[in-house]
Amino acid sequence: MGTLQEDYEGKHKRRKVKHLNGGNATCLASVPLKKQNIIKKVNSIMMDEFILEINNISKEFPGVKALDDVTLKVKTGTIHALVGENGAGKSTLMKCLFGIYKPDSGQIVLNKKRVEINNPSDALKLGISMIHQELHPVPYRNVMENIWLGRFPEKKYGPLSFVDHKKMYDDTRLLLKELNIDIKPNEKVANLSVSKVQLMEIAKAISYDSKIIIMDEPTSSLTENEVEHLFKIIKDLKKRGVSIIYISHKMEEILKIADEVTIMRDGKLIGTWPASELNIDMIISKMVGRDLTNRFPKRQNVPGKVKMRVENLTSSIPNSFKNISFEVREGEILGVGGLVGAQRTEMIEAIFGLRSVQAGEIFINGEKVNIKSPIDAKKHKIALLTEDRRLTGIIPLMPVLENTSIANILKYVKPNFLLDSKKMRNDVAKAVDLLRIKTPSLNKVIKDLSGGNQQKVLFARWLLTEPEIFLLDEPTRGIDVGAKYEIYTIIADLAKQGKSIIMISSEMPELLGMSDRIMVMCEGRMSGIIDGSKATEEEIMRLATKFIA
Amino acid sequence: MKNENMKKIIESISQNFIYIFLLILIVLIAFVNPRFLSLVTLRDILLQSSTRVIIAIGMFCILLTGGVDLGAGRVIGLAAVLSASMLQTPDYARRFFPDLPQLPLWLPIVIAILAGIAVGLLNGIIISKFSVPPFIATLGTQVIAYGVTSIYFDLPPNNSQPIGGLRKDFTFIGSGSIGGVPIIVIIAIVIAVIAWIVFNKTSFGKYTYAIGGNRQAAEVSGINVKLMLLLIYTIAGACFGFAGVLEAARTGGATNNYGFMYEFDAISACFVGGVSTTGGVGTVPGVLAGVLIFGVINYGLTFIGINPYWQYILKGIVIVVAVSIDIRKYLTRK
Repeated sequence: MGTLQEDYEGKHKRRKVKHLNGGNATCLASVPLKKQNIIKKVNSIMMDEFILEINNISKEFPGVKALDDVTLKVKTGTIHALVGENGAGKSTLMKCLFGIYKPDSGQIVLNKKRVEINNPSDALKLGISMIHQELHPVPYRNVMENIWLGRFPEKKYGPLSFVDHKKMYDDTRLLLKELNIDIKPNEKVANLSVSKVQLMEIAKAISYDSKIIIMDEPTSSLTENEVEHLFKIIKDLKKRGVSIIYISHKMEEILKIADEVTIMRDGKLIGTWPASELNIDMIISKMVGRDLTNRFPKRQNVPGKVKMRVENLTSSIPNSFKNISFEVREGEILGVGGLVGAQRTEMIEAIFGLRSVQAGEIFINGEKVNIKSPIDAKKHKIALLTEDRRLTGIIPLMPVLENTSIANILKYVKPNFLLDSKKMRNDVAKAVDLLRIKTPSLNKVIKDLSGGNQQKVLFARWLLTEPEIFLLDEPTRGIDVGAKYEIYTIIADLAKQGKSIIMISSEMPELLGMSDRIMVMCEGRMSGIIDGSKATEEEIMRLATKFIA
Repeated sequence: MKNENMKKIIESISQNFIYIFLLILIVLIAFVNPRFLSLVTLRDILLQSSTRVIIAIGMFCILLTGGVDLGAGRVIGLAAVLSASMLQTPDYARRFFPDLPQLPLWLPIVIAILAGIAVGLLNGIIISKFSVPPFIATLGTQVIAYGVTSIYFDLPPNNSQPIGGLRKDFTFIGSGSIGGVPIIVIIAIVIAVIAWIVFNKTSFGKYTYAIGGNRQAAEVSGINVKLMLLLIYTIAGACFGFAGVLEAARTGGATNNYGFMYEFDAISACFVGGVSTTGGVGTVPGVLAGVLIFGVINYGLTFIGINPYWQYILKGIVIVVAVSIDIRKYLTRK
């Protein structure tokens, strides 16, 4: 960069000199307009220094070109958003920057100096820290030990050194206070809510005093208020000259916070634009490489008679959900909105028999049913797509074939106890075709598939059990835009076929775009049910915070 | 293009590493002493490996679920003592039950297997009902099983004397042959084939893989995980019980220390054979190869006249090296 800048400067000077020598007027005003513009441009380039340049990085995994000649330049003291579908290479690029992966070619230039980053500790030493998409705290240790892990302050007694707990406590308190984060330094991390853990990770990343902070989906489990809080922290960091690389799937967030946006697709750079020149539709169309005039498919479902009625459902755990009553009709999509911690997942898992209830009744087709386990739920033709695909959904090292058929495998047991694998394979292949799951073969282990395709396999798993009621818990979480649309299409089709669908979602547009009615929960209670076609984000927000003091 | 081919070759070598390793081992030993490659050698190795195969298959079921059974050896001891004590010849001087009439051959065998099933069931209940980690649960039950075996073994008039003088029809199971093939080898092969069918062709097998692969996902999919665990530990108990019976028949006797530490051989064979330490991954042929590798090391090193204590060192190296190469299949590629 240094040489480049000197170059510009040199030319600039030469140009001036030339004019002077030419005997024309000595002020710039007399320079022709075109040339003036050039000078202005040169000036602006000089002012915006790049703190980080990732130049022409390529990275290949067996069979996949994950990054293909990608260049990313981040200016000092700016918020640089990095967007793209899942599998576009954003995380891979950041992992190359953070020293988790080693790029095959290309170079990283930091503060105009070329650097080699071989592991995360190199990156931290160079002033790059990262908030990872997946949180990996040490659960049974306290907050301060998590924050200062690997660099505990020490006290020396002669040849011995011990951890200085007092300094660690004070430093942590100061750090959290400065960031206005309400967590006690000696609280055990296992006792914190997910959003508090995320805030702790944010504090940790900031505590390195880095010049560049990579934030990989930092708001995935934060509440609206906490997101606002994070944005305040980010703006503050920006003022202090820290640059932030911000990865998110939430377009609204990006447009709100970012200065510049870099878009990637299929491991390639599409381009970098000032955020002010973009809108959501533009970003999405650049991301997917096609125009998505509509983010949601047209729904043609017609709600019919009541399929399931839930009355007065109350958890056996205090501070969980209580007195939940609602009904869902055949061919209806009932959205469930609310903030993180509104106990929506708990409620839906109780309906599926995964959690115990203290009181409440469930009626299906007007008959009272007793669901004590997923086995019972399956008998009553209920399916559940859980919130955390990796934790409770996929069986990572099992092939797609078995992952798809596992919930329905008893249907293929022949009288001699062996499996009718031909029929099973046929049925799975049909479901894979129907949902357009992209997999090289049915024998591929599911962990090698993209997030969207994994989610579709889980849909296929439940479709094979021929359910009538679908409980969907954040069905598009962590899935790229293109695959999201396909999942929406699947949901709309199911509703059209007369299936009843209860869909938890934390994404407002999704709730509004997909639901016939929206039930909103707050603090474990139901705060209202509203008509999906008339609902607004404001109304949902108002209901979602109704009982919060 | 050449590079692609190389990659494929390396891939397939790493996928089938265990079988290649077995082959290399045999070739190396045969290189030192070509007489190693004979039917007698094959027969001897298979004979020595058969009970181990049955134990390893029992262990395999459990390891697949992500559990472990540290009590296998003690169950073998229990079953060996039980079956031997009821199958002595009538004219033997120190009979365990001096006045016991001649029982039908199957009865003591069934009783011994039932004892194995009882311990397995107990393990299953402790693990699935009370959610005690398998490591702890079986650590506890194995001590109990040893206690029970020793008390039984110490009953007068036996008073902890080795049980001998077993009936010919019983020892025939362990040492006899049909058409030149040892019966015990046939039994092991039959059990291995059954295990292969169960784990590849039945819902029971698929469920076992699913539970080991992601227990929560299995639960959400409507699999009765607790019942499955109960069944798996019980079936494994039956395998260990049966192996104990065969050990008694093969050696023509039994003491309360029979089978001691056999579980470690079985666990080693499974891991060397590609079973994942966290569950959900592994194949029956892999386990067989694992058992055979140790069989070949045992027999082969003695055959070429190496100090038997070297076997231990080599076995240890094999465990660590084989698993560290095999595990590469599942590591995320950097």
